[in-house]
Amino acid sequence: MTKVLIPSGALGLGYDKAALEHGIAQGPDLIAIDGGSTDSGPSYLGRGVSKYARESTKAEWRNLIEARIAANCPLVIGTAGTCGTDSTVDWLYEITLEILSDLGATAKIARLYSEQDPSKIAQTPLTPLSAAPEIDAKAITNCTHIVALAGAEQVNAALNTGADIIIAGRTTDTAIIAALPLANGDHAGGAWHGAKIGECGALCTTAPQSGTIMVEFDASGFNITPMGDGATATPHTVSAHMLYENSDPFILYEPGGHLDVTATRYTDLDGKTVRAEGSVWVPSERYTVKLEGARIAGYQTIAMAFLRDAHYVANAQDWCDDIIKHHAAKAADRMGLDPRTWHAELRIIGQHAVLGDLENRPPTATELGVLAIITAPDQQTASTLAKLMNPYLLHHQLTRDEEMPTFAFPFSPAEIDRGAAYEFVLHHTMELSDPMDAFRLEVTDA
Amino acid sequence: MPNLSQIVQKIRSKNAGPFWLTIDIFCGTPEAYEKTVDGLSTQRVAALFKTDAATVKRFDIADLNVVKFSMPRPTIQGSRDDRDMHGAGWAPLLAELEIN
Repeated sequence: MTKVLIPSGALGLGYDKAALEHGIAQGPDLIAIDGGSTDSGPSYLGRGVSKYARESTKAEWRNLIEARIAANCPLVIGTAGTCGTDSTVDWLYEITLEILSDLGATAKIARLYSEQDPSKIAQTPLTPLSAAPEIDAKAITNCTHIVALAGAEQVNAALNTGADIIIAGRTTDTAIIAALPLANGDHAGGAWHGAKIGECGALCTTAPQSGTIMVEFDASGFNITPMGDGATATPHTVSAHMLYENSDPFILYEPGGHLDVTATRYTDLDGKTVRAEGSVWVPSERYTVKLEGARIAGYQTIAMAFLRDAHYVANAQDWCDDIIKHHAAKAADRMGLDPRTWHAELRIIGQHAVLGDLENRPPTATELGVLAIITAPDQQTASTLAKLMNPYLLHHQLTRDEEMPTFAFPFSPAEIDRGAAYEFVLHHTMELSDPMDAFRLEVTDA
Repeated sequence: MPNLSQIVQKIRSKNAGPFWLTIDIFCGTPEAYEKTVDGLSTQRVAALFKTDAATVKRFDIADLNVVKFSMPRPTIQGSRDDRDMHGAGWAPLLAELEIN
C-alpha cells in the first residue's frame, strides 16, 4: 500500500495550510506536486521560464520542504517551473538551496532533466499524434526549447537514488504520483487512474479551493480522500474529473501504455472517501515519450484605441478593414517591405475578439476597443509598423467628407513592444529503447 | 425554444493540450441529459464551431449526465491567430444554442 499526499493542483496556486497539516499527520509515503502545464501558452517553454513569481514559488516550496521534513518522506515536483526545461529545473534547484540554507536543513536532491537537443530530435523518427501540425527538420531545429514528457520509469529512477527532494523537468502530470505505487507493486490501473484523479489536487472534490488530497493505492485500486475541513469526494466528483482537460474521458495515454477506465466502479466509502476499482493499464509494445517544442513565430508590437462615437462603433469593421488597407500601402511605400514578411490585425473588442468568425451574435456595444497586433521578423520592424499604424488609429475617417475624428488612446506611447511571440511546434512521440535514454539524473547533497 | 444553458447545469470549454479543445456539458439530471442527447446532434455542434463533424469526438456519459465533445483546436493554442489561450470562450457559444 502506498499513500501519496498531493498539496494542490500546482505549485504557485496556493492551498489550505490546515489541510496540508492534516495530510502530514496521516504519514504519507510521498508528497507529490505538479509544477507546470502548457495551459498558459507557448511563451514559457519558448523562453524556458516559470509563469509564477519566484516569491510565490519560494514561499510555497518552502512550506512543502518543511512538510517533507515533518512527514519524513520524499517530496517530488514534476514539470518544475511551468515548462520543465533544464533552466527551470535549475531555477527551482537554486531556490531549494536558498530555502535549505534559511531553514538550516540538509537534503539529498535529485534533478531529473527532460530537455532535448533540437538538432538531435530533427534526426530522430517521430510519430505525429492526432491533430499534430505539419513539421520539417527546420521547424524542429528552430525550436528554442524541446522537452520530452517523462513517465513513471524516469520518476522511479529518481526515487531510487534515495533523494529527499526530486526536482523533475517535464513529466506527465500523472507520472510523479503513479511512479511510487507502481514501484511498490500496487495495482497498475489503480496507480495511473488514482494519479490522474489526484493530479489537480482537490479539484476532484466538492471543495476545489481546499487543495490537499490523499490518494491511497493498494492491490486492487485506490481510495481518494480530501484533507480539507468540509471537503468531500463523491463518486460523481471523482469520476467526472476524468473529463477535465482530457479529449477522451476513458482513455489516457502515458509512456509505455494507456489507462482504460471504461469499466471502473466508484464507491462512496464513508461520505468523504471514494474508492475506485476495475481500472485497466494496457502496456504498449513500443516505449514512447511525447515531445513538446516551441519556436519564435515573430516579434510583436501591439496598440489599442477605443471608439465611442456611435457612427464609428456601428461601422467598426469597415473602419478596421480600411485602416489595414491604407497601412499596408504605407508600409510598402515608406519601408519597402514585402507584405508576405509581416502581418497586421485589428481585433475588435466588444464585437468578436474572442470568437472571430465563429461569433454569431450581433454587437450591441456603446463603445468598442480595437487591438492592433503587428507581427514581424524582428522587433524593430514590428515597432516601426505599429508607429505607421498610429495616425490611422487616432484619426482615420470612414469617409472623406466627414470631419477628422479623434479616438481614445489609453497609453502614451501608444505602442507596446511584446518581444518574441512563440508558437508550439511538436505534438509527436519518439520511441526509446531504454526509458532513461532521453533523460538525465543528477544527485547532490545539499 | 430554450437554449442549452437553460436546460443544463454547467457548460465548460478548455484546452486538452495545445492542439485539442474539449467541451463538457454537465446536464445535472437524467431528464436534462436526455433532452441534450436528443436535441444536440454532432452535426449541429460541428457547424457551430465551423469544423468537420468527422473530426468531432462525442461522448454521451449517462452515469454522469454528461455530454462531452472534443475536437482539434481551430487554431493552435497561443499561435498568432489564436484568440483564446485557455479555450474558455467556446462554451458560451454552445450555451446559447437553441435546443428543440
